[in-house]
Amino acid sequence: MSEAHPVAARALVKRYGEIVAVDHVDLTVETGDVFGYLGPNGAGKTTSLRMMLGLIRPSEGSVRLFGREPLADGARALDGVAGFVEEPKFYPYLSARKNLRLLADFDDGDSRSRVEEMLELVELRDRAKDRVGGYSHGMRQRLGIAAALLRQPRLLLLDEPTTGLDPAGMRDMRELVRRLAGEGITILLSSHLLGEVEELCNRVAIIRKGRIVYEGALRELLASAAGGYRLKSADVERARLVCLAQAGVENVRLADGQLRFQADEDAVAALSIALGQARIGTTALVPETASLEELFLGLTEGEGASSEEAVA
Amino acid sequence: MSAVAKVYRWELAKLLAQKRTYLGLFAAMLIPAAFVISLVFGSGGPEEVPLGRYIRETGLVAPFVALFFMSFWAFPLITALVAGDIVAAETHNGTLKTILTRSRERGQVFAGKVLASLSYMIVVVFAMAVVAVVAGGLAWGFHPLTSLSGTKVSVGQGFGLLAASLGVYLLPLAGIAAFGLMLSTLTRNSAASVVGTLMWAVLMQLLGVLPGTEGIRPYLLGTQFEAWHGFLRTPTDWVPVIRALWVCALYAALPLSAAYLVFLRRDVAGE
Repeated sequence: MSEAHPVAARALVKRYGEIVAVDHVDLTVETGDVFGYLGPNGAGKTTSLRMMLGLIRPSEGSVRLFGREPLADGARALDGVAGFVEEPKFYPYLSARKNLRLLADFDDGDSRSRVEEMLELVELRDRAKDRVGGYSHGMRQRLGIAAALLRQPRLLLLDEPTTGLDPAGMRDMRELVRRLAGEGITILLSSHLLGEVEELCNRVAIIRKGRIVYEGALRELLASAAGGYRLKSADVERARLVCLAQAGVENVRLADGQLRFQADEDAVAALSIALGQARIGTTALVPETASLEELFLGLTEGEGASSEEAVA
Repeated sequence: MSAVAKVYRWELAKLLAQKRTYLGLFAAMLIPAAFVISLVFGSGGPEEVPLGRYIRETGLVAPFVALFFMSFWAFPLITALVAGDIVAAETHNGTLKTILTRSRERGQVFAGKVLASLSYMIVVVFAMAVVAVVAGGLAWGFHPLTSLSGTKVSVGQGFGLLAASLGVYLLPLAGIAAFGLMLSTLTRNSAASVVGTLMWAVLMQLLGVLPGTEGIRPYLLGTQFEAWHGFLRTPTDWVPVIRALWVCALYAALPLSAAYLVFLRRDVAGE
């Protein structure tokens, strides 16, 4: 029998009075995924993560981590799971070392023996005696990673781990995430930084106003927008007529003096011949691929955005 | 070490790392010392207070008189300072999510906090007594104690009665601590919890002196601060002691149960 999914959310709902923060979210994170959970601010990412970690109770639906439900199984549901929501928080009047020792004692297993190793890993050993209250945001983020890794997790939930970091800090954090993924840790990474997700993740879910509008492989999402072409011609009007008449060339539109259309490669080849036969000069005929940013904006800003449109 | 014991140990460590802990402790130690010093250098004494007229007979009386004075606001405030803060501070620091995403159940975390609050309460009361005994002993020496019934009690027996009195005195304080924990859990606001707890303790005291409350007076929390008088009578009057046991158990159990249930089920968002 195969192992239960690291994360399996089913019809997850969280309401605050009239406001539906998370609206029937279905989400499956597979073992070994670096799963990007994308959405604009306030879309419901953090609320979803809180439900996954058992911090808040779902209004409806369920979430299971490796087959265990935080609501029913309590802290046992977090065996093999670590991470943080929003920015990691610590006792400001305790040192980093004491904070980690405290958390190690709140863990089962041998977390305590790993405190020094984790401080070393996140390069905080030299400042381990200092009170966390005097730490910068970046240092607290790194301490948050150390606290999570103390548990030797199989699943790491990270809520916007690079937010507020300087460029070097962001680079280091991404490198660490890549390394952890390389070690076989499944990672769910909530973010609104598309470059980060594109760089790190193999699968993504995009959430908009509490609803998932896309879930699947990042490659497939990017491929779903392929097939677009841009044509520049000396005689754009006649070229448009040829395009419209060409079989397999669809959705022809004129914008900024250029033609844009959807077609497969065979149809484009046939079109280029037809344009030549019609003695219409072509100055450019280039394939267009949508960036993740364009796809993301299309999925999260359009009023009619839906999962059907997203995968179509 | 059990899970609750580990949480409890860290709750104590956190208390030891915070200034407010020492503020309460120093206040509990300073008040009896200042009281004895003022009596040494002044004339007169607390004649109206139980045992007050014998204050200069033996150093053993000082802690009993301090118990009386400090029941009005000092001990309730000191207790509230910690009990009212112990859950709310987690909200303030945003650390509840940090500790509740480890391997400890919410109930274990709550139990550790309750034990730490009660431990602090015990430490401050005994610290007060130690300072009062030392200060009283230095000022007037240790001689037999005159009980509330007028009989003489040996020094050794007097210490035994003091220990028993401190024990029964802790019962209403536990009721106040439980109320503070409840407010701390419900309001998630340290200042509101500390002030609310103190107001509640003072209200309990006020109710006891209002005319027309004679019927309920034996069952008010404030009245239980006088239960130790039973030990200072000959023969021992167990009625107030036993009543303090069950009345305070109720005053502690109800808010603690409410706080426990809320803590178990509450949404931890942004804290």
